[in-house]
Amino acid sequence: MIKDITIGQYLPGDSFIHKLDPRVKILLAFLYIILIFLINNFYGYLVVIAFTLLVVMLAKIPIKYLFNGIKGVIWLIIFTAVLNATLTPGKVIFKLFNLIPFTDKGIDLALFMSMRLILLIVGTSVLTLTTSPISLTDGIERLLNPFKKIGVPAHELAMMMTIALRFIPTLLDETDKIMKAQMARGADFDSGGIIKKAKNLIPVLVPLFISAFRRADELALAMEARCYRGGENRTRMKQLKTDKRDYIAIAAFIAFSIICIISRRWR
Amino acid sequence: MEMIKVENVHYFYKKDINDEVKTVALEGINLEIKKGEFVAIIGHNGSGKSTLAKHFNAILLPDNGRVIVEGIDTRDNEHLWDIRSKVGMVFQNPDNQIVATIVEEDVAFGPENLGVPSEEIRKRVDDALKAVEMIDYAKHGPHLLSGGQKQRVAIAGVLAMKPSCIVLDEPTAMLDPSGRKEVLQTIKRLNMEEGITIVLITHFMEEAVEADRVVVISDGKVVLEGIPREVFKKVTLLKKLGLDVPQMMQLAHDLRKEGLDINEDILTIEEMVDALCQLK
Repeated sequence: MIKDITIGQYLPGDSFIHKLDPRVKILLAFLYIILIFLINNFYGYLVVIAFTLLVVMLAKIPIKYLFNGIKGVIWLIIFTAVLNATLTPGKVIFKLFNLIPFTDKGIDLALFMSMRLILLIVGTSVLTLTTSPISLTDGIERLLNPFKKIGVPAHELAMMMTIALRFIPTLLDETDKIMKAQMARGADFDSGGIIKKAKNLIPVLVPLFISAFRRADELALAMEARCYRGGENRTRMKQLKTDKRDYIAIAAFIAFSIICIISRRWR
Repeated sequence: MEMIKVENVHYFYKKDINDEVKTVALEGINLEIKKGEFVAIIGHNGSGKSTLAKHFNAILLPDNGRVIVEGIDTRDNEHLWDIRSKVGMVFQNPDNQIVATIVEEDVAFGPENLGVPSEEIRKRVDDALKAVEMIDYAKHGPHLLSGGQKQRVAIAGVLAMKPSCIVLDEPTAMLDPSGRKEVLQTIKRLNMEEGITIVLITHFMEEAVEADRVVVISDGKVVLEGIPREVFKKVTLLKKLGLDVPQMMQLAHDLRKEGLDINEDILTIEEMVDALCQLK
């Protein structure tokens, strides 16, 4: 069961969206988030929703994955919506239990905020669902490369992410083993309150940390033996190439941005 | 010219900040490893065999004496990366030496560090994976592989750097018998077909038997050296050093002690069958 955890929830496929250069995808996702917060009326959101659904269809992502993403933060969305609806000053439309006032402007704002949050989650999910963790890391490394001069450790960050991704399954396996070993000796991980449960995990965490440090030590040695000396003069087997479809995607996105900006006047 | 030449090497583990208390790990090792040779180094736990292996590619530097790799002294800092790309190293734990999340990316790690151009890396990776018969797993995640397969990926990772020598530090210690066989076959094939010099550190005598030459190390000194048949004949000495003897060698030794007229240098089961059938 513990193995079911996947980071980033990558959904392998070979759609148009999957095949885009990760750098382009990361940049566009970033701009998309900015656009969501620029929109100020419902027509604008209709455009964004239509565009988002088009991208989701192009990426062939089953809708259920997107719902799962939203389900995780549904309480956050409801909470912000209620706060917005009740705390914004304006004409009171009705009072819940004759006590909590809902204002007209508040309801508008609540709808905007929930829409923004939902679109934010769907947009970023499309990025992580269609890009494998390794190309995400690659993309981030190359996007950060120009900032190396001002001291951003682009290569080191990417290397750390790669190693972290590489060791997640290994350490999960190990956790499983240690837990079973402790259970065989009578450890109980299921009963008691939160504090007791947390305390019971100490005998799992201590050996896990010790082994993680030992692994780190051996890995460093193995990397040095394979001539690793940081990002300097390093080449890569896979080169990222932007090709025709990336330009099509960028052009489509520019058109979409222009419509979004114009939509600010449709009120 | 020798591949690796070890001259009177001493190495101490410093246990104290003042370097006062010293544990001697290597005490005057002399050794020559020729190009294309398959050498097995055996010894019990704590004999210094792993410490010696780490000297071959300048992970450790000798406190006394010197190690020469293809004419370059390992203490020569300028050529450190030359030495490490000439002498590749495979470690015991297959999990702790795989860096990337995809097999082919991991194999590419070495040549990427060396600054090899992209197309050349692609070619080297494919060749290396073919050489260890793991090309079908190129796109797999390493955590989905068996121990023997992971160790073969680690060997491919070294191969992609085009080394002339591979040092394997107990590569089979954490594997099951079938994984052990896979790895040993791979090593032997690389030695025979590609002419790569192999130094195998092991405590499995059955593996050492396959080598051209066996070096026995005990307490930081070379105590015995020679072709497997000659070395394993010395059953009593090996036992005294805390080492096992290949099963058939042991059996032949015991049979001789019981007064049976049988050769004492029998290594394999087939040879034993032959010898027993010829008894009158």
